[in-house]
Amino acid sequence: MASLIGFYSLVLGVIISFIITFFSVKNFKEPIVFDKKIIHFSFLQFFLVLISFLGLIVSFVNSDFSNETVFNNSHTTKPLFYKITGTWGNHEGSLLLWLLVLTLFAVLFIIKSNKQPTRYRILTLLFQQLIILGFFIFVLKTSSPFNYIYPVPNEGLGLNPILQDPALAIHPPILYLGYVGSSIIFSSTLAAVVLNYISKEWASHIKDWVIISWIFLTLGILLGSIWAYYELGWGGFWFWDPVENVSLMPWLALTTLIHCILVLEKRLLLTSWVVILSISTFTLSMCGTFLVRSGILNSVHTFANDPERGLFILIFLFSLIFMSLFVFFFFYRENDKTDYSIFFLSKETSIIVNNWFMMYFLSVVLIGTTYPIFLEVISSEKISVGPPFYNKLIAPFLIPFLFFMAIGPKLKWVKSDLSDKIYLILFLIISLFLSIFIVQNFKIEFLLNTILITFAFYLFFITVRDFVSKKYKNLSQNLAHFGFSLFILSILFNNIFATEVITNLKVGDTFKTEKFNINFESLSQKNKQNYKSIVGKLIIENSKGSIEVMEPELRIYNQPNISTSEADIKTGFLNDKFMTINIVQNQEYFNVRYQIKPFMIWIWFSILLITSGGLISMLKKKYEN
Amino acid sequence: MRIKKYFLIVFFIILTNFSFAEEKNLQNEITKNLRCLICQGQSVYDSDSEFANSIKSLVDQKLKEGNSEKEIYEYLKVRYGDWILYDPEFSKNTYFLWLLPLLLFLFGGAIILKLFNIRKN
Amino acid sequence: MKIKLLPITVTFLFLIFFLVFFLGLKNPNIYKPNINEKKEIPFFTAKLFNSTTSINSNEIFVGKNFYLLNIWSSWCVPCRYEHEFLIKLNKEENLKIVGLNYKDNVKNAKNYLEELSNPYDISISDKSGLIAIEWGAYGVPETFLIHEKKILKKIIGPITSDLMKEIKELINL
Repeated sequence: MASLIGFYSLVLGVIISFIITFFSVKNFKEPIVFDKKIIHFSFLQFFLVLISFLGLIVSFVNSDFSNETVFNNSHTTKPLFYKITGTWGNHEGSLLLWLLVLTLFAVLFIIKSNKQPTRYRILTLLFQQLIILGFFIFVLKTSSPFNYIYPVPNEGLGLNPILQDPALAIHPPILYLGYVGSSIIFSSTLAAVVLNYISKEWASHIKDWVIISWIFLTLGILLGSIWAYYELGWGGFWFWDPVENVSLMPWLALTTLIHCILVLEKRLLLTSWVVILSISTFTLSMCGTFLVRSGILNSVHTFANDPERGLFILIFLFSLIFMSLFVFFFFYRENDKTDYSIFFLSKETSIIVNNWFMMYFLSVVLIGTTYPIFLEVISSEKISVGPPFYNKLIAPFLIPFLFFMAIGPKLKWVKSDLSDKIYLILFLIISLFLSIFIVQNFKIEFLLNTILITFAFYLFFITVRDFVSKKYKNLSQNLAHFGFSLFILSILFNNIFATEVITNLKVGDTFKTEKFNINFESLSQKNKQNYKSIVGKLIIENSKGSIEVMEPELRIYNQPNISTSEADIKTGFLNDKFMTINIVQNQEYFNVRYQIKPFMIWIWFSILLITSGGLISMLKKKYEN
Repeated sequence: MRIKKYFLIVFFIILTNFSFAEEKNLQNEITKNLRCLICQGQSVYDSDSEFANSIKSLVDQKLKEGNSEKEIYEYLKVRYGDWILYDPEFSKNTYFLWLLPLLLFLFGGAIILKLFNIRKN
Repeated sequence: MKIKLLPITVTFLFLIFFLVFFLGLKNPNIYKPNINEKKEIPFFTAKLFNSTTSINSNEIFVGKNFYLLNIWSSWCVPCRYEHEFLIKLNKEENLKIVGLNYKDNVKNAKNYLEELSNPYDISISDKSGLIAIEWGAYGVPETFLIHEKKILKKIIGPITSDLMKEIKELINL
């Protein structure tokens, strides 16, 4: 029943889509006042998709296995929380969530844009409706979450256990708010180009949308990363896996956009560049959807692959790209009066340099992710591009990047000088000594680390100084940059100073190292709602006599029959202690891994700092208005 | 200024108390660079499959026999193809992969210089 | 002129991207090592199954016979599907089947052979999985057809009836 209602509200949603388009076109021709009908129908469309989404949730909660999506992804013994979150833990449901967020943002745009010109608002909604319609067709044609199966199965196939996790339950909605938020940027930019409305007013109006999408995207990536840390692999949090890269690309584009839209807002420079970036942000999100959903790349996170879906998104993606190209080349006119002269020591220069580096990072990620596809098509050779590639190409470029991040905000718009600022050099020297003192190792690979740490410290000290001396004049920027320095420092220390033990132990065994002993004390079994749990108790005693009890767990899920290894993590202020156990085929012993990972919590914390930088800049604007 | 000093002091205390890790384990470094053929999204280091475990002990054994990192990669490449390496070698297949980002960087710099009239003072 | 050149180049570039992605969709995304290379067999030494005697590859693959090296294990489910074909192939006169018992427990392996009967002319064991790596194998089951120390055919996954026919054709040329 709920599935049926869900399905028909989706179909109604498509019809509304055509109605909105009709009224919008009519209103666009005679833009005297904004037609109220467009508002009403947009609301209606949002509610219809919401009902459809709720219908799917109800089907999941009731374990209605006559619904194919529920059958494939749920099970009666699954806890209620994961029945609900299972709704968007699969391809069909997550696309419905996309659609929901798309229509939500269309409604929000109408509400928030009432001071904007009527024709601009209508045209933006038209472009947005085009995207919405595309997704409607995609969902209904290739990935309907409401397919009916007969005879009705008694039991479902269950949700992949690694997805039964609180962080991953809220990760998709937040991430999609970021991805889809960029669709509004896309639509409004195209509308502004067609109407020649790219201006300072437009920049400050669109800035909010950029920052909102950026905040959600950052948080979404953070959640995914935290999940990967405790659930996937052995304590890594970023694997340069295609599905991660795909979220990083729009993030890099958005971050660049945040910076250069400031230049547009202040000096009406870089207009075409802002347009290109705004368009590519959503295009990159869509491109990511294509790469992940079509199964063209293999990654840790694969959805059920279906070539038909891949083809649909591919055609949809490139239709959007060619449409944007047409709009850009046909309608975009550079303002003749633009003065391209800028002073070397100015905020403009520093932001242009920021953009330059960000685009380089983006190109590394984009090329690294898609290159294997190109190579295979052209020469049918298969290669892998993994973490070493990205590290080698990105790490050295971070050094000047960090430097400009420290210096840039010191510069004023148009023209400034740094002659009276001796502390800039002083701090660099302090940072260098501090870094040498910490690393104390002069091999080539460590030399790079030393320099990187130097510059990260440099940014760190300079931003700390600004907190103290500037009296929160530009708190948001300073907080974000401070967070970034902390982020780089934490990652470097986390990498350089990690301790790791890998060994095989039986119950009763003790493993000794110079600094600590690991004693495998006992093993206990418990039956939980939908899995059997085996918990090991290991005692770590370090040379100073302090004791830590670690209880890593193995879970054997009933449906689907998959065993997972749950790490035991003791999070501390300075380091995380991380332990996993694993079964070894045909052996009595377990594979035990123990790691001490320094500054782990600081990595998460620094990302939150960066995000709060964005949040503050938005709130400040509201406050000033 | 005073706060800054305190900050420095705290930092020194944290860092001097820090136990420095010994040399990075070469076996881990190598297995992080190998892609597992069973769980294809993971490295051998991160994976727990039978295949990954065998490769781990192989790497261990080869290192004990005195093989270099490069020889181990070569050995595995002959058997499983270039795909097994996460760090693609600089060869005719990967010239573009390694050079294109750098070329784009230079190209970007050139555009900036050409487009903007950057004045010294 | 220059203004018109840019849109054309960019559009053309994106058309190429589209084409590449379109063609890329057709390629399988799961990687399998190349199975068509005719390689020399590797040299290795192994323990005979359920014994402490060692044997090396030169002693196993002798003469003009065809050999089938089959990697199996008692814990491997698809191995059970291909078992009947191995037994049928065992009846071929010019083919000897070598079983490589992969990462197995001797007792389980013995029970497995007793239960399903033993198709192997020579059985060797690979406790650590290193011999399988020597052959470039990464899972169970995998099968290699060998003639005069050259690999004629490599099969990843279980033997099917079609593959069995193909093997029979190859050895009776």
